[in-house]
Order: sequence, then structure tokens, then C-alpha cells
Amino acid sequence: MHHLLDISDLDRAELESLLDDSDGFVEVLARPIPKVPALRGKTITTAFFEASTRTRLSFERAAKALSADTMTFSPGTSSLSKGESLKDTVLTLQAMGSNLLVVRHQAVGAARRVSEWLSIPVVNGGDGAHQHPTQALLDALTVRRRFGRIEGLQVAIVGDIRHSRVARSDLQAFSTLGARVTLVAPRTLLPVTTNGWKVEVSSTLDEVLPEADVVYLLRVQTERGGASVFPSLPEYVSRFGMTRERRARLKPGAVVMHPGPMNRGVEIADEVADDPDALVLEQVSMGVAVRMAVLFRLLGGEIDG
Amino acid sequence: MAEILLAGGLVATPRGAVAADVRLAGETVAEVGPGLDPNGADVVDCTGCWVGPGLVDPHVHLREPGQEWKEDIESGSQAAAAGGFTAVVAMPNTDPPIDAGHLARFVAERGRQVGLVDVFSAGCVTTGRAGQRLAHLDELWAAGVRLFTDDGDSVADAGLLRRAMEYLSDMGGVVAQHAEDRGLAGGGQLHEGEVSSLLGLTGIPAEAEEVVVARDLAVARLTGARYHVQHVSTAGTVALLRAAKSEGLAVTAEATPHHLSFDHREVLSTNPVFKMYPPLRRPEDVAAVRAALADGTIDMVGTDHAPHAAHEKDVPFEDAPRGVIGLETAVAAVLGAVALGPAGVFTRFALAPARLAGLGAHGHLPGPGSPATITVIDPTREWVAEHFRSRSTNSPWRGKRLMGRARHVLLRGRFTLRDEELRW
Repeated sequence: MHHLLDISDLDRAELESLLDDSDGFVEVLARPIPKVPALRGKTITTAFFEASTRTRLSFERAAKALSADTMTFSPGTSSLSKGESLKDTVLTLQAMGSNLLVVRHQAVGAARRVSEWLSIPVVNGGDGAHQHPTQALLDALTVRRRFGRIEGLQVAIVGDIRHSRVARSDLQAFSTLGARVTLVAPRTLLPVTTNGWKVEVSSTLDEVLPEADVVYLLRVQTERGGASVFPSLPEYVSRFGMTRERRARLKPGAVVMHPGPMNRGVEIADEVADDPDALVLEQVSMGVAVRMAVLFRLLGGEIDG
Repeated sequence: MAEILLAGGLVATPRGAVAADVRLAGETVAEVGPGLDPNGADVVDCTGCWVGPGLVDPHVHLREPGQEWKEDIESGSQAAAAGGFTAVVAMPNTDPPIDAGHLARFVAERGRQVGLVDVFSAGCVTTGRAGQRLAHLDELWAAGVRLFTDDGDSVADAGLLRRAMEYLSDMGGVVAQHAEDRGLAGGGQLHEGEVSSLLGLTGIPAEAEEVVVARDLAVARLTGARYHVQHVSTAGTVALLRAAKSEGLAVTAEATPHHLSFDHREVLSTNPVFKMYPPLRRPEDVAAVRAALADGTIDMVGTDHAPHAAHEKDVPFEDAPRGVIGLETAVAAVLGAVALGPAGVFTRFALAPARLAGLGAHGHLPGPGSPATITVIDPTREWVAEHFRSRSTNSPWRGKRLMGRARHVLLRGRFTLRDEELRW
């Protein structure tokens, strides 16, 4: 593994191996001094061309817990505003001594393009509506630690699948790891076709809920309201919102997940978000461990001793 | 008067392809026949080659005026001649758009100054390509424009399209449509289907093209006017064209080398060189477009040569401008996609586009008295597309092994390409 660009580049054994490593880093993070010297002397740069809080901070936290140095690029204060191209920007970051670049960009395929331009490992921190592989890994780790397995679980992914890199990444990871994945959305928010995908598709959340072990809610992109993909937020909530009433109909042990940031009162009700069986904050914690595992895997081979 | 003897080729004539020599005297063909006496002429070996009228591309973007960093009429003319062309029709989506007579005259004059190919400008249908009111059609006509299009966009208003078709039918002009419904296209990036769904990119359904073609054919029926479909990309459009032609409508169509060669699975690479509008379609669409070019439902090849500078294409797929270059690889790409002999090639690459664009000096099969505007194609020449005459290199064939290439080109009796070398 030289880059992490697309979760579908990893087979089941590779996914499980990364999750096993992540379990080890969960243990590291629970120590009184949650830090190991594994990547001392390495410089990890986060280049986020699109707004992000949790993913960028999570990568920085992971890098620091591995004793790496970090650099942060943010477009707001950069030469991008002077018209510098993506290619020149990342070549510059590499020339400054970055050993690994984490890239988030609004354009599909951006991280892959960057990996073609650079000689250092590149991690895709999200490219458009395409891929967000570390999100898939952290969600898989969260579920595996809660249930002790992924094989055979029923995972319902609910909401704006069409425009979601989280959905594309998670459904591939969960189905590769043996879960049965159902996509739940109105047709305007489903991909135009799911031919060849190992998923089932439903437009009725209430039919899927009683069987689900994991209900994975996607953020409703309220800024898409103008694109007329559904009539109104109240109508969305009535069909697909995780209300308290729907929460009550889940089977015992079932969990609710969300990649954040949440629209409380839209895809997830307050009471559901704050329920102990909602794993939203657990996902955030697991994100650090998973990203440690990824950074270690991509850079670890170069460590002396 | 220096004579030239094109010797030993397979010549496309009104009687079909015949093994013959072609003697050129000045700007015209003197005679066509087997075993002609050299009699002091400059003898050009055409063994194994196809000899026919100079190729005509009804659809190129030369980017001048306004975007000369991508291409200009000089570099575009070089690319055209190197690809075997003697005439090109430059699309009017320049900056400013060619919507008035003086602009069309400028383009043609620049072409004459370069002198490698005849450059004809197409004209806008609407002022500024804005789709609101008719461009200066009479002025454009007087400046020699015969083909009218808002290429890059459809003429979306059917009433406006009707008026343009009616007005131009008085003169014999033709509207060429970039068929794409803006609402259905939805700002899409590639064909809507398996690949767009996997990549999370907005797709452009085949129907975005087909609804416009279907509507336009109804307007053509209403007006009785000529109508041309640019860069056909879908099986549905082919079916509409087939029905329209059997009904007797005055409709023609073109296909691009890239739509004949590649399907949307190429976009899985997210390599921007596969980004163009209309997008690469399904394999079944490629098969339908190939079959239509073979049987004549699609009349001609138009490259939609669309240069973009390297730095403009060296970005993520989603941020890349649309279009690929095609002039220098067109013959090889089409020969690789569709089984055509010399008669078929010259019909689709010369006769049909010359007729469409009203180019009286082009598209004539070699015969006594015909213009000495000739292209000699070596159909079995193997080569790799590496060095381009175009200012841009955004070619999906770049680095690929190809077969078939123009060896010699003459424009009015003068070599513009000899043994694959430009002469100018």
C-alpha cells in the first residue's frame, strides 16, 4: 500500500489488517501518555482545499500521537487566492519536506491526481462525492468493536447517498467485510444506478428499520435545498428522519451512527443523537486510531530500528 | 507548368476505387488512369495508398480570436494539414463569438495568411451565443458563412430555432446543433450511468441529447429546412436520425473519432483527457454510432478538435475543461473503429462535410478538371501519436499505437504535406 485513495483498492484481508492495527492504537490512546515515537522525524501535511474540522484535526491528532511533525495548509490564507494551481501547491508542499500528504478537495479524483504528481504517499481525506476511505475505516472499526464482528450484520445507510463520499466508501467497506448493506433514500438521492453494487436498495426506512443492526444516517445537505432533490425538510423528516419514534422500533442492541456534522432535528432527532446507543462520538474517537494505523502503514516501512 | 504524378495508388473516383495514377497540372487534375506517362512530372509514389479529395473537417475549435494560448489559426492549420485535411470549419465559440460578418472575415483571412488549409468560419445562430436573438445572419452569409451553430450550447428555444432555420433556408444555410438539454444535463461531467454513480459525479443522460434531437427534427419537419446534428453520441440519436432520413427530412449528422473509439469506462481513471461534451457513452452507444457511420445514417466525421493547454487539463477531472484534440489522429482513429474502404473514407471525410458546409472548392473526387486538392492516405502506416502540431496535447490517443495516416496533401496543386512533412 503506497497511497490510500479509494477504499475499494483494499481487499478484505487488507481492511481487517488495518482494523487490527487500529485496535492496537486504541489501546495506545488509552494510555496515560497517549503517544508513541513511531513516526518521529516525519512530517505529515494536511492540505484541505475544502472546509473540514473533524477530519483535519483527527489526522493532526493521529500524526502527533505518532510523534510526527505536522504542517497545515488552508486555502483561505494561501497562494490559492493568487491563482496558484493545485499541482503547484502540492508540489510546493512536497518540496518543503512533507513525507506524506493528506488531501481533501471538492473535485472527484483530486487525491488520485495529486498522487500522480508526487513521489510521497497521499491519503485521500475526501474527494467530492467520491471517496473518504478513512471514514469507512473508522466506521468499520466502531462497528467491529461494538458488535465484535461485521460479518452478517445488517447495515442501513440512510439519506443522500448520491452526493455522499461517506456512503460510497462505507458501503464498499461494509460489504467487503461481510455485512449486508441496504441503501435507503428517495430516488432523487440514490445513485442513478447501483448495478453491480453489493447492496440492496429501499425507499422506505420503516421497512428496513426492524432488521437493522446499524442505522447509518447521512447528513442532509440543506444547502442542496435549491436543487429540488426533495420537496421540503419536514417531508424528508417524515420519511427518512431518525425520530424518537423510529428509534424505539429498532431491535435491541441496534446502534445509530452519523459521520457528522449533524443536522439535529432533520436526519437525526436530539433524543436520538444524545442516546447512549448513538455512536457518533465513539466514531470520532475511533477516527484518531484508524488514522494512526493508516499513517503508520504508509510511513512505517521507512522507520529506522 | 510543373506537373505532379500521383502514381500507383488506389483512387476514389465516381466509378469506385480504381488502381490508377493521377496527373495534376497546376490547380486542377489533368487525368486519371492506369500507367500514365511521367513525361517529366514530379512523380510521387502512392503505392498502397488511397488517393481522393482533400479531407474536410466540419467541426474544429481553432480558439482564435481570444484563446490563442490553446491554439490559433496557424497551429490549428498545421494540425489540420498534418492530419490530411485541406479545409476546416471553425466553430464560432471564440472570444468574441463569431456572430457578425467582420469576425467571420477575420477568421477566413487568418486562414488565408497561413495558407495550409482553407479555414471557413461557422457563424453563431444567436448573438453572443446567448440564445436570445438571431445573430447577424445576412452579414455572416455575405462573409461566406454557410454553417450556423451555437456549438458548445444548444439553441434551447424551439421558436428561435424555427426562425433561424426558416431564415437560413431562404439562402441555403444550415443550422448545426450541439444537442444537449441543459436541464437534463444538469451540469453533468460524464455519461450518467454506472461510472458516474460509482464516482459520485453528476452524469449527463443520453436523453439530454435525444430530447433535443427529437424536438429539432420536429422543427425541421415543420420548416422543411436543413438540419445537422453535431457529434452524435447515443444509440437513441442514431435511431431518431434513421427514422428522419427514411421520412425524407433534410437532415445530416456527424460523429467524432473519440465517440467512435472510447466508452465511458475510460472515465473510471478520472483522467481529464477523457472529459468532453457530449460525454463518452456506453459500449452499446459506441457500437450504434460505428454502425451508423458505416451505413451512412451518420454522414460524416467531425473531429470536434478542442485544444486546451496542458496546465488547464492537468487538474482533477471535475475541474478540467471539456474537449480533446483530434485533427492529427482522426484518420487512424476512424479506420480503427469502422471498416471503411477508400470510397467510404473520402465520402465521410470529404464529400459529405464539403456539401454540408457549402464548400464548392472541396469534396470533389479526382477526375479531369477537378480541383487538385487531394489527400493521399496510407491505410496501413503504423505510428505512435507523440508529437503534435497542435499547440495542445490533450489527446486520448497520445502515446497510443495507431494505424493509418495521411502521407501527402495537396491544396490547389501545392503540397501542404509531403511524406508526412508539412510544406509551408
